[in-house]
This record gives sequence, structure tokens and C-alpha cells, in this order.
Amino acid sequence: MSTTQLAPGDDGATTSGALGAGTGPVSAPTYAEIQRSAEFADLRRRFRRFVFPLTALFLVWYFLYVLLAAFAPGFMGHELFGNINIGLLFGLGQFVSTFAITMIYARWAGRTFDPAAEALRARFEAGQPTATGQLAETGQLA
Amino acid sequence: MSALSAATAGTGVSPGSALLAADTVGKPAVNITIFALFVVITLVIVIRVSRGNRTAADFYAGGRAFSGRQNGIAISGDYLSAASFLGIAGAIALQGYDGFLYSIGFLVAWLVALLLVAELLRNTGRYTMADVLSFRLRQGPIRTAAAASTLAVSFFYLLAQMAGAGGLVNLLLGVSGETGQNVTIAVVGVLMIVYVLVGGMKGTTYVQIIKAVLLVVGAAVMTFWVLGKAGFDLSSLLGDAVAASPKGDAVLDPGVKYGISNLTKIDFVSLSLALVLGTAGLPHVLMRFYTVPSSLEARRSVVWAIWIIGCFYLFTLVLGYGAMYLVGADKINAAPGKANSAAPLLAFELGGTFLLGIIAAVAFATILAVVAGLTITASASFAHDVYNNVIKKGAANPESEVKVARITAVVIGVVAIVGGIFAKDQNIAFLVALAFAVAASANLPTILYSLFWKGFTTRGALWSIYGGLTSAIVLIAFSPVVSGKVDATGASASMIKDTSVDFSWFPLENPGLVSIPLAFLLGWLGSVTSREPLNAEKFAEMEVRSLTGAGAEKATAAAH
Repeated sequence: MSTTQLAPGDDGATTSGALGAGTGPVSAPTYAEIQRSAEFADLRRRFRRFVFPLTALFLVWYFLYVLLAAFAPGFMGHELFGNINIGLLFGLGQFVSTFAITMIYARWAGRTFDPAAEALRARFEAGQPTATGQLAETGQLA
Repeated sequence: MSALSAATAGTGVSPGSALLAADTVGKPAVNITIFALFVVITLVIVIRVSRGNRTAADFYAGGRAFSGRQNGIAISGDYLSAASFLGIAGAIALQGYDGFLYSIGFLVAWLVALLLVAELLRNTGRYTMADVLSFRLRQGPIRTAAAASTLAVSFFYLLAQMAGAGGLVNLLLGVSGETGQNVTIAVVGVLMIVYVLVGGMKGTTYVQIIKAVLLVVGAAVMTFWVLGKAGFDLSSLLGDAVAASPKGDAVLDPGVKYGISNLTKIDFVSLSLALVLGTAGLPHVLMRFYTVPSSLEARRSVVWAIWIIGCFYLFTLVLGYGAMYLVGADKINAAPGKANSAAPLLAFELGGTFLLGIIAAVAFATILAVVAGLTITASASFAHDVYNNVIKKGAANPESEVKVARITAVVIGVVAIVGGIFAKDQNIAFLVALAFAVAASANLPTILYSLFWKGFTTRGALWSIYGGLTSAIVLIAFSPVVSGKVDATGASASMIKDTSVDFSWFPLENPGLVSIPLAFLLGWLGSVTSREPLNAEKFAEMEVRSLTGAGAEKATAAAH
């Protein structure tokens, strides 16, 4: 595969600074230009509005469980049917919520986030001379 | 119940010796044979897949060519350490519900990695955690700090795994005495060095994939076996477990271990915080995200990992209560590895010598794969961050960097062997919990700040990393874990077995409740008090790159 040659991956001597407008055709946006664009601001806002509340949700749910397990063992030990008590169902509920959040996020990311991120990336890479790997080198080791 | 266990119960001798006496010749030979078979097969695979290993990207990141599914399975292999399998099953078998609490923290933690870390890290970095942390800050000091915490976390985690290897040996291989255990630890260490040197990340990944499949399949078989014995009725299994346990009904409720006093309750909250925030700060987990070609594949990796790990922990719930019922607490406590031996004893109870052999081999494979993953992470961190970027200012050639990584791997292997020999009597689930506490304190705050907070500075990062690392380790050193804790019988329950030595002043066994908020606070405080100007160009690059993948590292090898 040709990228093996194109991506030195190890050439620590490469330094940054080559990312300015000079590297590509005039139309190629720089990172800073993309960062200032309305599309990127929108992408970032949508990402944060989705993952931050979801993170808060599962953390609150988890610590509710932890605190009940620690300080309300009587409540958790309340048997609902047979030997199955609230604590066990609550614990299994953590599994269910984790699986559910995983699926919700993966579906959202695939449908909503990826197309928008992909469009921005395509715009950036279209103007780059060697989008296959050279670019990655330049920024990395300052 | 098999005839063997009936005989054991009837004779009244120590179950361990009865077990051996009943099956002295066959068992260790079977275990060793199955384990040797695993080693031979994986070594052949490692040698075959690593023929093309040339560049640093090959050695550290397997050419970034693993699929999300492959990497997800490998992550499970990396994560489901001996502590998960043996430690949690054993904790549930002895303490019931409180053992289950561990597994929930270990699982929920993956959401932090999924939502906040995995994809952004993959897009931004190259080989190590420090690539991301130092992206827009000052390279030298940040990389040094990140390498220090990477090495510290890896060391704790390695100790846990090596201790597990030592503790299991009596039971599984029929090796007895100090020398036998030490030799086994050394064998595990040497094998791990070989895997890493020969296979690099690619070989290590395959070892983890094979091990994960064996472990999950083995656990699934045992789970359905146990459930089958209970007529596929969880409630009746729990009832049988309660009837068999000396603690009775209490094993179904939280509190057997952590409900003793307010202090132990707070300790449990501290542990939970460390577990849920630690995973996304574990360097060997983070490094696995670089082995896939894109952030989409990184996401898929985590999704796969969450399903596999979640199912596995559901299995351990059944296995733990199954061991409580079918093996019994007395027998587990009398066995050489105590709690850690619950799962192997259950395997013997169910499927006799052969299943025990399989499970024993899987347990060793687990330890081997995890230590290999840890070793490659620690060596990458030293070679890439300290040697190349700090000592050589980023100008080292790739050959010499990989050479340094290989030498480091050997050194780490030797340190792990020596450390494992000293730590072999420690509880492995607990040692892993400490590694999580250090990871959650030293690494996660800095990762989150650098990904999401524009105002984060070099000083903030250094205060957070060193503050989190030092506070976690100091609090552990002066906790009852290290000195001054005695159990009901007056024997020492600390690392230092001499009960007259007591320099503990920090009451909690897990430092997370103090050290994690402290690290977050220090990261903020250091940033707002420093005058370092924003590196606008690098910040723009990092933000755009982390979210869109524009300019992210590409795969350097064809797909596997």
C-alpha cells in the first residue's frame, strides 16, 4: 500500500509551521479558518450539547446507585420477588443504562455528527498537497 | 455436585490438599499442558503477524490497521484482567453483593471513554497519551510528567497482575512453596518480554484477541452450566447461595464488606469514584485507540468493548454466586489463592480436571496478555515521550526510538518480575483499584481539560498531573493499606505484616475521593494563575483535528 511510504510516522525531525496557507492552493482553509467558521462552531456546539448532558446523566445515575448501596442497604435489600431485591435490579439497571447510552450515542454519532465532521474534514484535506499522511506529520511534533 | 467434592466435604481435611490428593498426578500436568499449548500457538501467531514490523507506527500502534471489532475485542482482552475474572468472581463468592459493585464501576467507566475521550484522542494523538496532553502546551515538561504517571499506573497494574500469577500458582499448577511461585512469576515475565519484543503492538493485540475470546467463552460456558444446575432460575441460585453461605441473607444486600462503618462506606464511595473515572485515564487502554485507522473505528472499538465487558461482568455475577453455592466460602478461604481461587475451584467443581485446566490456562493467558499490553505502553511512553521528545528534542530517528522502547520493555519486565515476587500475597482486585485511583487522579483531569478547556495551560497540566500522582501515592502510603490495619484475629491486614509498625494517618483505603477532586482543582488553579499565552495556532489545529479528524494520523499498514 502506497501510504506506507507516504507516512513516515517516525520522522521526528519534521517540524511544524508548514500548515499556513502557503502549503496548498489558495482555496484550502487552514485549521484556524475552519475553527472560526460557523459550520465548525455548530459542530462543536452540537457535540457538546449531546455528550455533556449524557455524561452528567450517567454519572448522576451511577452515583445515586453507589450512594444508595453505601448508605441505604435496607432499601437496596428489599426483596421484590423470590430472592431478587432492589439492589440487584438497580445494579442490573446500570448495565442496561450503559448499553442503552452506548447505542444512543453510536446512533447519534453515525447519523448526525459524522456527516458534518466529514464535510469539514473533506474541505480541509481537499486543499492539502499530501492528504495521506504528510500533513499529519507536520503538526504533531512541534 | 461431583463425587469429588462430596468426598472432600466428607473427609474434613483441608480442601486444597484433598483436591490435590484426589487428583495429584493429572491436574498440574493438564494445566501446564493446556497453558503451554496456548503459549506455543500465540507465539507462532505473534511471529507470523509481526514479520512486517518496521516502523514506530508498527511497533507502537500495529500499523493503525486493526478494525473496530478487532480492537474492541483486544480492549476487552486488555481490560478483563485477572482482577476482573478471578478477583470479582472471588469477591462475590465471599462477600456477595459488594463484589458486584466493583464490576459495575468497571463497566460504567467505559462511557467516559466512549463519550469524551476515545475519538478525540485518536484524532489528535499518535502513540501515547502525552501526544494529546502536550499538543498545544510545552512539550518537554508535559511529556515528562505524563511519562511519569504512565509508568506509575503501569507499575501498579503490573504488580497486580504479577501478584495474581504468583497467588494462583499453588492452586493451578500444583507448584508449592516460595520458589515455585517465584519461578512462575519469572516465567510469566520472560514470556511477556518475548511477546512484546517479537510482536510489538500487532503481536500483543493478537494475543489479547485470542485471550479475550477464550476468557469470554470459558466464562460463558461456566455461567450456563451454573445456571443450568439452578434450572435457569437466578432467584433459586441466589437462594442456594444464601443457604450455603455462612453470612446468610446478607450476601444479597450491599454492605457485607463496605457497610461496616461510616468510614468503610465513604471508602466505598472513594473507590467508586476512582473506578468510574480511572478507566479513561489508563494509559494502556488509551494507547489501544491508536491501533485503528480512524475515530469512527475507535468509537466502534469502544462499543464492542462495552458489550463484551458488560456481558462478561454479568457472567461473573453468576459465577460468584455459583461458587458461593457449589464450592462454599470455607473451601475458597482454605485454598492457596483465597478469593482469587473461587473461579478455578468452581471450574473444577463443574467440569473436573479438564475444565479446571482450561480455566487455569485462560487465567494465565489473561495475566500474560495484560502484562504484555502494559509493558508495551510503558515502554512506548518512555521511548516516545522521554527519549525522543524530551532528551532528543524530537529528533531521534525511528530505529533508535524503537530500540529504546525494546530495551525499556526488558527493564520493565525485570522490574515487574521482582515486584511481583514481593507483591504476591496482595489482593489483586485491590491493587488494580489503586492503579485506577492513580489514573483517575493523575491522567483524566489533564486529558479532559486539554480536550475541552481553552484556558488550560502548561502549569495547570503539571500541577494536575504531579498533584494527582503525588497525592494518590502519598495517601496510599499513609493509609491502612500499607500499615497498621489488623483483622478480627489480630493478624495484620496491611502490606507491612509487622503489626507494631503503624504510620498510617489517612483513614481511607482508596485515595480517589481526595486526590481526584484535588487534581481537578490544581489543574484549574494552575491555569488561572499562569500567564502563558494561548498558542492559538496549535489550539485551532487541536480542536479542529480532534472533532473532525482533519489531519489525523492515517493507517500505515494494510488491514489485517
